[in-house]
Amino acid sequence: MQREDMVLCELLYQLADDNFILAYRGSEWLGLAPHIEEDVAFSSINQDMMGHAVMYYQLLEELGAGDVDALSHCREPESFRNAILLERKNGLGHYLENPNYDWAYTVVRHYLFSVLKQIRLESLYHSSYEPLKQAAEKISLEHYYHSMHWETWFTQLMSSTKEARHRMENAINYCWQEFDGVISLGRYGKEICDHQLIVEEEKLRNEWLKRVCTTFGEMQFSPKTSPGMESGNGRNGEHTEDLTEALEVLSEVYGGDKQAVSW
Amino acid sequence: MTKNLLLKKEVQQVLQQVTDPEMPYISIVELGMLENIAMKRDGFVQVELLPTFSGCPALNMIQADVKEKVKERLLEWNDDLEVEVTFRFHPPWTTDRITETGKEKLRQNGVSPPPASFTAGEPWKIPCPYCHSMYTTMENIFGPTACRSILYCNACKNPFEAMKPIANLFEGVENKWLN
Ligand SMILES: [Zn+2]
Repeated sequence: MQREDMVLCELLYQLADDNFILAYRGSEWLGLAPHIEEDVAFSSINQDMMGHAVMYYQLLEELGAGDVDALSHCREPESFRNAILLERKNGLGHYLENPNYDWAYTVVRHYLFSVLKQIRLESLYHSSYEPLKQAAEKISLEHYYHSMHWETWFTQLMSSTKEARHRMENAINYCWQEFDGVISLGRYGKEICDHQLIVEEEKLRNEWLKRVCTTFGEMQFSPKTSPGMESGNGRNGEHTEDLTEALEVLSEVYGGDKQAVSW
Repeated sequence: MTKNLLLKKEVQQVLQQVTDPEMPYISIVELGMLENIAMKRDGFVQVELLPTFSGCPALNMIQADVKEKVKERLLEWNDDLEVEVTFRFHPPWTTDRITETGKEKLRQNGVSPPPASFTAGEPWKIPCPYCHSMYTTMENIFGPTACRSILYCNACKNPFEAMKPIANLFEGVENKWLN
């Protein structure tokens, strides 16, 4: 593979894996969301996001990286390029002893991600790689509704009861420590930008902060620090046990019945 | 008319009988999913479709259905007819591709067609398919399938569904932050 294609694939893996793993975490909520309408809405969003991941995997397939099913189900954790925050389990704290799914955490994580996803899509409209530009266009039509959905939840819970507010702020603080890992373009970031595939990290970060802090401001909240990357950089293949476990579950489903997994 | 043109015409007619299993009353042509039929060479038909939603689980079924129906109908033409069905996402499918007949069929099945025009951030104005009142409320943007939403009519007190408007809202929008 040419160096240029390798760099392009790195970006495509980041985009695909982010959507793939977060859609998987979302699908674990099936039947557990706060109410039946949310259950329906959330499944629909997960389905769309899985579709977005598949679109990016298809672009990888066209570049000779392997077929779509193998790309999503048969890779080792260290070849995944998703951000660590997006692979974490749905509950904060001690998952094993007390696997309580935390809705506030899910809302905050999805909201913060949906803002960054929107910004990335806006930048991808101008990507030098035409197929990526076209994919971004298609995805943004659907993402419009996802953004609206998570922003509504976010602002409602932030201005709800004292307990809700408390849990939301905890979740924001937790996500904040990791969010720079979502903004990161990884070790090939500079080359990715040199090829004009997407704008540089710095611009993504500034715009994301600007939009997120505008909403925070309306909710009388302001973060005390810059976003961090405490658990490592998933873009460089660093991951947690949570990803390994998720991939084991996924490959069991895939290996057990290949017919059941068809896009 | 050349043989190839006739063939294309027949394929087009066959596609009128293919539906999304979630909405068996409207054909994929009426939904605006057909982008192109091409005769790549003698005996090789390529059908290009636009998926409505990228995560639509019915795509494989639609693909198989198109192949089967085209083959069945055109067997008399050529025993070795090859049919290829591909999905592409450019141009993106938008709800304004739904034909007038398609919209009418949606209405008859209790699903309001998408509004003709719609601006990002503004609420949609969707009439009730039963009593045509505009006094309707959005219950859940995300309905039973990716393409439909659930609304409620405050006039006749019926819940109903509407096609979620999908428009290319961001085309030509300048994003200053990128400069
Ligand atoms: Zn009515």
